[in-house]
Amino acid sequence: MGNFFLDNQDIQFLFNTMDLKALARIQELDAENGDADYVPIDDEDTVDNYRRVLEIAGQVAGETIAPNAEQVDEEGNQLNDNGTVTLHPLVQQNLDRMTQADLMGFTLPRKYGGLNCPNLIYTMATEIVSRADGSFMNMFGLQGIAETVNAFASQEIKDEVLPRFAHGEVTGAMVLTEPDAGSDLQAVRLRAYQDEKGNWYLNGVKRFITNGCGEILLTLARSEPEISDGRGLSLFISERSEKVRVRHLEHKLGIHGSPTCELVFEDTPARLIGERQRGLITYVLALMNGARVGIAAQSLGIAEAAYRLARIYAHTRQQFGVPIERLPAVAEMVTDMQVAIEAARALTYETSRICDHENNNLRILEWSKSLDKDEEKQRKQQSRVYKRINGMMTPMSKYYASEMACWVANTAIQVLGGSGYMKDYAAERYLRDSRITTIYEGTSQLQVVAAVRGVTSGAFENYVAEHERAQYEDPLLDELKQKLVEARKRILEAVQFVKSKPTSYLDLSGRRLVDSAITVIVGHLFLGQARASERKARVARRYIESQLAVLRMNCEQIHAGDTSPLEEYELLAGPVPSND
Amino acid sequence: MPYDSIVLVKQVPDTANITAEAMKEDGTVNRAALPTIFNPEDLNALETALEVRDAYGGTVTAVTMGPPKAADVLRACLFRGADRGILLTDRRAAASDTLATSYILSQAVKTVGRFDIVFCGRQAIDGDTAQVGPQCAEKLGIPQITYLEQLVSLDGPMVRIRRNIGHGWEVVEGRLPVLVTVIGSANKPRPPAARRVMRFKRAKVMAELAAEAKADKPGAPDDEVQAEAQRRAAAVKEKGLLIEQWNLDDIGADLERCGLAGSPTKVFRVQSIVLTKEGYTEVVATEDGVRQMIHELVIDRTLG
Repeated sequence: MGNFFLDNQDIQFLFNTMDLKALARIQELDAENGDADYVPIDDEDTVDNYRRVLEIAGQVAGETIAPNAEQVDEEGNQLNDNGTVTLHPLVQQNLDRMTQADLMGFTLPRKYGGLNCPNLIYTMATEIVSRADGSFMNMFGLQGIAETVNAFASQEIKDEVLPRFAHGEVTGAMVLTEPDAGSDLQAVRLRAYQDEKGNWYLNGVKRFITNGCGEILLTLARSEPEISDGRGLSLFISERSEKVRVRHLEHKLGIHGSPTCELVFEDTPARLIGERQRGLITYVLALMNGARVGIAAQSLGIAEAAYRLARIYAHTRQQFGVPIERLPAVAEMVTDMQVAIEAARALTYETSRICDHENNNLRILEWSKSLDKDEEKQRKQQSRVYKRINGMMTPMSKYYASEMACWVANTAIQVLGGSGYMKDYAAERYLRDSRITTIYEGTSQLQVVAAVRGVTSGAFENYVAEHERAQYEDPLLDELKQKLVEARKRILEAVQFVKSKPTSYLDLSGRRLVDSAITVIVGHLFLGQARASERKARVARRYIESQLAVLRMNCEQIHAGDTSPLEEYELLAGPVPSND
Repeated sequence: MPYDSIVLVKQVPDTANITAEAMKEDGTVNRAALPTIFNPEDLNALETALEVRDAYGGTVTAVTMGPPKAADVLRACLFRGADRGILLTDRRAAASDTLATSYILSQAVKTVGRFDIVFCGRQAIDGDTAQVGPQCAEKLGIPQITYLEQLVSLDGPMVRIRRNIGHGWEVVEGRLPVLVTVIGSANKPRPPAARRVMRFKRAKVMAELAAEAKADKPGAPDDEVQAEAQRRAAAVKEKGLLIEQWNLDDIGADLERCGLAGSPTKVFRVQSIVLTKEGYTEVVATEDGVRQMIHELVIDRTLG
């Protein structure tokens, strides 16, 4: 089936044009990598390693994971009577291949056997793997768990657990959700208690746990029963044992290869990660940020797979004596799919790149012993700037890429027509697999709540101001840039209007503001890409021209000030239907 | 118990992407015009050897014969887990046919020393003869088991192998040391391992280091280039990244049996055969139907 990295022109383009050397430099700076025999010699060598790693990921994705995907989707995993799960043999084969390829410690430092790759490269790999099988991302893409251990656990736990992750001996799960604590994790009830010797144990039930059957569980639990909100929660690590059973495997619409477990903890031995009470407010929030970029990458991969199927079909299917791609309606669907994927990819990769700079600055501040005062000050300031941009860009990427994936997968079925609706093609699987992406790791609606803060409080303006300073010699690009400048002003006017209203109106207008801001940000990213590619200039024009019309509509709607979904809810939504 | 394996691998032109310049006037392959790849079934042979090592311990040594560029396939072996790579390169070995090649490779195997199993791919996609493996076994004086589809068991000095015999399979048993040829359906070769790639991408043979030294010192006298190459080799070797390079003298080869001199094969004629489809005949699946078909094939001299 080919190599899913080498056959993807856009990923190749971004790999070649994003400044990976700068990223490599900061990633390797004071990396505490020990004396592993695979340390790169310079920036160029490091970037060459990144390319080779992605080639391997592309090979495993194309040769193993993709051919397995259909059967995995049909057959799923198996729950055993003793509360364990047997992975589908082909899921196990995918994992074994990834382990053989050394790709299970992607971002971990070398001293634990990891590859020390930056988040951006991991994001690219996650997309590549997800194109092969969206559900397998939920195995490959769980490496944020090891990262969380690396960032916050004691040295003793790190030394014990991380090499096992890096050598593919274990997989993990982040165990957060409960029946009554989904989007609202502050309501978590699972109890953590200590015996007289100070050992911790967990008691309670968790639900919808992706790969809950994994060997290493990171569990959010209430260690302070007297504190009822998020400050009463701590994060714990425990090993798979008979003290934690899988009670149920969910039957899901899609991602059948990913086991979604209901877990019962019965006095399960556990160890504290980091400090008490920081479980939700520090550790899980950090974990979630990385995981959200991961879902954006998963969305990209599923969309890419759906697009390719539709593109080939539109080219080969003849109706009315022509390939259907010659029909204007189909041509527009296919081009809009591709442009939307490239837009989401531009946003997601840029977000990953900024995450890398933020994380590396923080790491260097924490570990480096040789910083002088000026550098320390400079790095602190930089990481603050990156943090603010990330706080906006991460939820934007997750929101935009996942909504895009659902739309692209849905449109792919439309291009295939009746054939797309049948199980004979993978189009229906892509739609089913895509559907979860706007829900887990925080719904689109919650991503909007997180992202809109950045749009209304200056992060958006500051980030865009840098792009607006760019000069374009090409008159087309310069003209498009001017339009984006106008659009930015329009958004800020809408923000002012929203601020003059009660806060509920901000929540009501959030999606429209965030959509508009994404249009401007992606527009600038496309213009930057257009410097290196004539084709990208055309992509930029198509994207900006078509999306600015939507932006104007959104801003107009905001200025209309309509609050009827709130004020006339009962009237407009109609009466609650009876249950029978 | 651990087993030591030697895998004979070959770099071949990528015949799937063939062009009009693929063959020279004299009927030999024009290697310069074609991109090169790891001969596919040699990857299956390597995989079988690595699986034996994974299961029982021991070592895997990859040996290839070819120009310095053939070090690519040795690196590919190291990426996947081979313990050692050896390049046999010598201008005097050029134009070797299967007889000479198998002689040279068998001398190399003897020079490696102790081994339990020699694994080869069934055949290379450039010549498609499937002769080199079996001829090596003859020259080494050890049993051969061809067309391995599955290694059924290894127990002390005894090996059981399922052979694909075209219309079915058979399980045969042999006593080590043995030479085995492996077919494509035996396994799915493992991917390169990232950590090993990062390390062994810098593994080189002496000939490559010499060429690099020459390119970096244009116009420098030969002895200076030579000294530079030696210096680089020492540095690479210290990191455990110098791939061994042997010539015909190193393996004690009789030069009369190598290269053109040792190759009785002569290309008589090269024909480009285009298979054209001219409809089809349906044969009734009865005794009479088959008899009728045989009769027609004899008449048009396809048979007999």
